[in-house]
Amino acid sequence: MTIVYIAWLTLREAGRRRILWLLGALSVAFLVLFAIGFRLIYAEVLAQLPDSGLDGEAASFFTIAGLYAVNFIIIMVSVLSTVDTVSGEIASHSVHSVVAKPIRRREVILGKWLAFALLVVTAVALLGGGVILICWISSGYLIPNAVTGLALIALEGIILASLTLLGGTRLSTLANGIAVFMLFGLSFLGGWTEQIGGYVGNQSAIRVGIVTSLLLPTEALWKRAAYLMQPPLFQQFASTPFAVTSIPSPAMVWYALLYCTVTVVLAVRAFGSRDL
Amino acid sequence: MSDGDSGVALRIEGLTKQYGPTLALDGLDLEVAQGEVFGFLGPNGAGKTTAVKICLDLVRPSAGSVTVLGLPASDWRARRRVGFLPEHFRFQEWLTAREFLDVHGRLCGMPAPQRRQRGVELLERLDLSRQTDQQLRVFSKGMLQRIGLAQALIHGPQIVFLDEPTSGLDPLGRRIVRDVIQDLRRQGTTVFLNSHLLSEIEVTCDRVGFVRRGRLVHCGPLSELLAAATEVEITLDPGTELTAADLASLPHEAVVVGERLLFRLSDESLVPDLVARLVALGVRIRSVRPQRSSLEEVFLELMEGEGAG
Repeated sequence: MTIVYIAWLTLREAGRRRILWLLGALSVAFLVLFAIGFRLIYAEVLAQLPDSGLDGEAASFFTIAGLYAVNFIIIMVSVLSTVDTVSGEIASHSVHSVVAKPIRRREVILGKWLAFALLVVTAVALLGGGVILICWISSGYLIPNAVTGLALIALEGIILASLTLLGGTRLSTLANGIAVFMLFGLSFLGGWTEQIGGYVGNQSAIRVGIVTSLLLPTEALWKRAAYLMQPPLFQQFASTPFAVTSIPSPAMVWYALLYCTVTVVLAVRAFGSRDL
Repeated sequence: MSDGDSGVALRIEGLTKQYGPTLALDGLDLEVAQGEVFGFLGPNGAGKTTAVKICLDLVRPSAGSVTVLGLPASDWRARRRVGFLPEHFRFQEWLTAREFLDVHGRLCGMPAPQRRQRGVELLERLDLSRQTDQQLRVFSKGMLQRIGLAQALIHGPQIVFLDEPTSGLDPLGRRIVRDVIQDLRRQGTTVFLNSHLLSEIEVTCDRVGFVRRGRLVHCGPLSELLAAATEVEITLDPGTELTAADLASLPHEAVVVGERLLFRLSDESLVPDLVARLVALGVRIRSVRPQRSSLEEVFLELMEGEGAG
């Protein structure tokens, strides 16, 4: 019960600090821009390639491009909204009056985690769902595995939020932000090394990608989401920047879930055992 | 029988805390009785705040134990009846005063109607009624300290730890806090007061403990501590003379300065007998003035004595 209350309090703080308002307003602006861009470009493609039979592929390409942008927004939101929540309260000492109440320290961390997980899921549903809906309404094309794909993007955001929470229990806000983004950079680079390795058939490059995915499985989750949400034709010819040549397996998703759980457990333990 | 039943509100045994090479607490032993207003004194860096933080499980000890109201300090349930005003009174500044007290009451598990009622009472008591719906971000330092005291008392705790509760307050604010502490004493609430302001300790505490370099160097009732260093100045009628034999017959050694006799007594209760003895010698007394040492003098004496040792 305290966990839910702390979660509610965290979201209330995000609301009072205008984070939710800004997120909502800019999400709407993003979707409006995407809708305008989609309609203009899709109409142009149809005009230039009449009766080509590639309507679905064109719509799919624009949708995945939109979801790629959504994926980056989710990464930023997951880290930036979480980065100061623990370390900031420790640095300002405002944590003292809360932790000195008859509550368990783990309830503070789990409550905050729940709040940011909800924030990430809502942002993915709003932005990702919006992009998919705009494509569907504008072109009549619905990308495959939409719900699974969005769930994987949400899991990616939740993992980053969990990792940032863990960092916040021991690092300063700035050091934590740098550490998480650098780790994400490694994962991103490893992911592309794996994809290019897959394209040219280099097994060593693929292995580099897999190892970095184990270090932080976020990029692997995006690759799997992108693979699932594109039609098989794109995958066969690897004809777009979003085509996935080395497909992360379902085992990577299970690994990501385990990674997320372990990260939260470590955050609870790190916060529980430190002096405040 | 638990401490909670035996009249001990706080028991600290062999408490040690090491921060890297620094020894913040070095085997601190202390007991505070239920209903007592206890002053915890010491110079900067003596370990006072560390000790309080361990009592609230904010800091984990390297060795030793703390029992609060019969439960180990590490047990979160021990804090059900504990209030705390932190030294750094930084709170959730995005909340209004009313919301802030409601949140902290909720964290203490209080039902909503009780939170509302208690919140209104405390805002009134701490002279913050006009700020009820203002966000804490616009509060002055003194207001923050008073709202901090309110959150410490929201759930009607049995023991309250106040870490420098008047450091940011003007004289009026100090008066309010002093009155609140007197109210707590009347209600039987134990108060553990960390303060640099010795005058505050002097007017509010029943018993004081002096800590230096993480160790308790003295602990006892404030009245005894101050009386222990009592000096009495007795002024005689002009022309009154005392012989060396008269002076030698007195129960305490006197320093004679003209018509004034100065005595250093171990206890103020010895004054009447001393006066009776002088009267019996036929001495005419114009005035008797006990000159109690201030807590500051005692503090400096204890700290310097320890330093010399």
